Amino acid sequence: MSNTIKLIALGLVTLFAAMAANYARDTAYMVHAIIVMLVAGGLFLFTLRRTGEPVLAAPQNEYFDSVVRAGVIATCFWGVVGFLAGTFIAFQLAFPHLNFEFLQGYGNFGRLRPLHTSAVIFAFGGNALIATSFYVVQRTSAARLWGGNLAWFVFWGYQLFIVLAATGYLLGATQSKEYAEPEWHVDLWLTIVWVAYLAVFLGTIIKRKEPHIYVANWFYLSFIVTVAMLHVVNNISIPISIWGSRSVQVMSGVQDAMTQWWYGHNAVGFFLTAGFLGMMYYFIPKQAERPVFSYKLSIIHFWALIFLYIWAGPHHLHYTALPDWASTLGMVFSIMLWMPSWGGMINGLMTLSGAWDKLRTDPVIRMMVISVGFYGMSTFEGPMMSIRAVNSLSHYTDWTIGHVHSGALGWNGMITFGALYFLTPVLWKRERLYSLQMVSWHFWLATAGIVLYAASMWVSGIMEGLMWREVDANGFLVNSFADTVAAKYWMYVVRGLGGVMYLSGALIMVYNLYMTVRKAPAKEASLAVTVPAE
Amino acid sequence: MDHYSFLRQFADSWMLLVLFFFFVGVVFWVFRPGSSKTYRDTADIPFRHEDKPATDKTDKEART
Repeated sequence: MSNTIKLIALGLVTLFAAMAANYARDTAYMVHAIIVMLVAGGLFLFTLRRTGEPVLAAPQNEYFDSVVRAGVIATCFWGVVGFLAGTFIAFQLAFPHLNFEFLQGYGNFGRLRPLHTSAVIFAFGGNALIATSFYVVQRTSAARLWGGNLAWFVFWGYQLFIVLAATGYLLGATQSKEYAEPEWHVDLWLTIVWVAYLAVFLGTIIKRKEPHIYVANWFYLSFIVTVAMLHVVNNISIPISIWGSRSVQVMSGVQDAMTQWWYGHNAVGFFLTAGFLGMMYYFIPKQAERPVFSYKLSIIHFWALIFLYIWAGPHHLHYTALPDWASTLGMVFSIMLWMPSWGGMINGLMTLSGAWDKLRTDPVIRMMVISVGFYGMSTFEGPMMSIRAVNSLSHYTDWTIGHVHSGALGWNGMITFGALYFLTPVLWKRERLYSLQMVSWHFWLATAGIVLYAASMWVSGIMEGLMWREVDANGFLVNSFADTVAAKYWMYVVRGLGGVMYLSGALIMVYNLYMTVRKAPAKEASLAVTVPAE
Repeated sequence: MDHYSFLRQFADSWMLLVLFFFFVGVVFWVFRPGSSKTYRDTADIPFRHEDKPATDKTDKEART
């Protein structure tokens, strides 16, 4: 019966998408309609073939790990894609000839830049968050994921969102909101997927067997709920036509700018911080084999973080049409945020107290520790940069880019790599990783890459900021914009090299994880528990 | 009073107090007597049920 409804729905979607491809007013929309048509049509055939076949009941005494395994693979894949895109556009800035003539309008910096940011934040980071949250919520709730195959819908639906977003950027469908570039039809799809994600996560928490909700789940849940709210409010727009990708924002002017940066900064706060703190609170204790340093501190950390972060957005709009009181509010809350951030960092680091020797022997824990170190560093730098006087120097310069990358590559990247190194042997039931030496190589390549990146961007950013504001005795500007661009050349080359090192580290990781699955000895004790073929 | 001014005044008076006292309340709640014992048990959650979900029986074994 449910298959009949599914078939009718999929058939209608395929038909509608075919019509949309025909009536499409722009290329991006047409390509999206064709992708949707093929996916829905393919699913129609897939469902049709399985109709009438006996359905195996999902075993309730096992964890639902196949979707987590898929998430691990997707995280690796999108990570490499995102780092590659980032390295390429870094060299495009250093060597403008890489904006090839034959790729104009598709492969130039302006089109590839959102592809890079979305690929690393939403594709790499998002898949890492979905996969680890599904893993962690099952283990800490002692219950199988709620909703059966809904988790698969979340996984594949999210991949479809990524593909639609990425193809849209290349073909020019963007609503010009940083980190919220996808147009209305892609936004609607993500909303559906996200609600399903919330249902799976919350459903599992509700049916948990542990009386308490472990702190990692609090962080994951706040990430899911807040991102849903941010996404919906920031994307309120009216499509010009249902057959085209263009839309008009409902809010305008400074209201729109404030909404955008309320969204933008909380994407950092809840996507890249709260969600990844959920990872930290599970995987660091697991890898260190000791419980978190202070559970009390973790609760205070949680409430302080979510109470403060939500107000920090206006610091992106100093010296704009935004009223001074609002940007002062944003600045003050950003500075207060330093406290919970460092509380969380101390909690993560001190979890290792009594096990510091592991830093010498276990490169995976080293990776996690340096990620928490970068978290502490960028959450010190961020509040400092939000101060109006500092911001007048740093804003619009490469300093911001350096800050973002020390957070993203250092904190988000490294904690994700640590989680992947933890998860792969567990999920594929291997005794150990294929090679710890490769993990060490990855660690040092990535760390040196970040240092090159951040240091070159500090120099470049501060130089650029000082050059922009330099005036002569008569009050005229000394430097033209092109002067600053020329002065930054070597810093851009160094930044690109940092990217190459970070990317090669990630490639080593992918190889290592692949060989772990293929070659590492199977875990004997767990052979009794077979991997279910779901 | 227009809508904006009302919301603005509400936000920086009553709502601010509510949020502030909720937060202070959380801090006090965390340090309530007997919490250390509870939290020690909660902090150990990642080290139980690694391989399979709890049944009612295994759950009792894990906590004794």
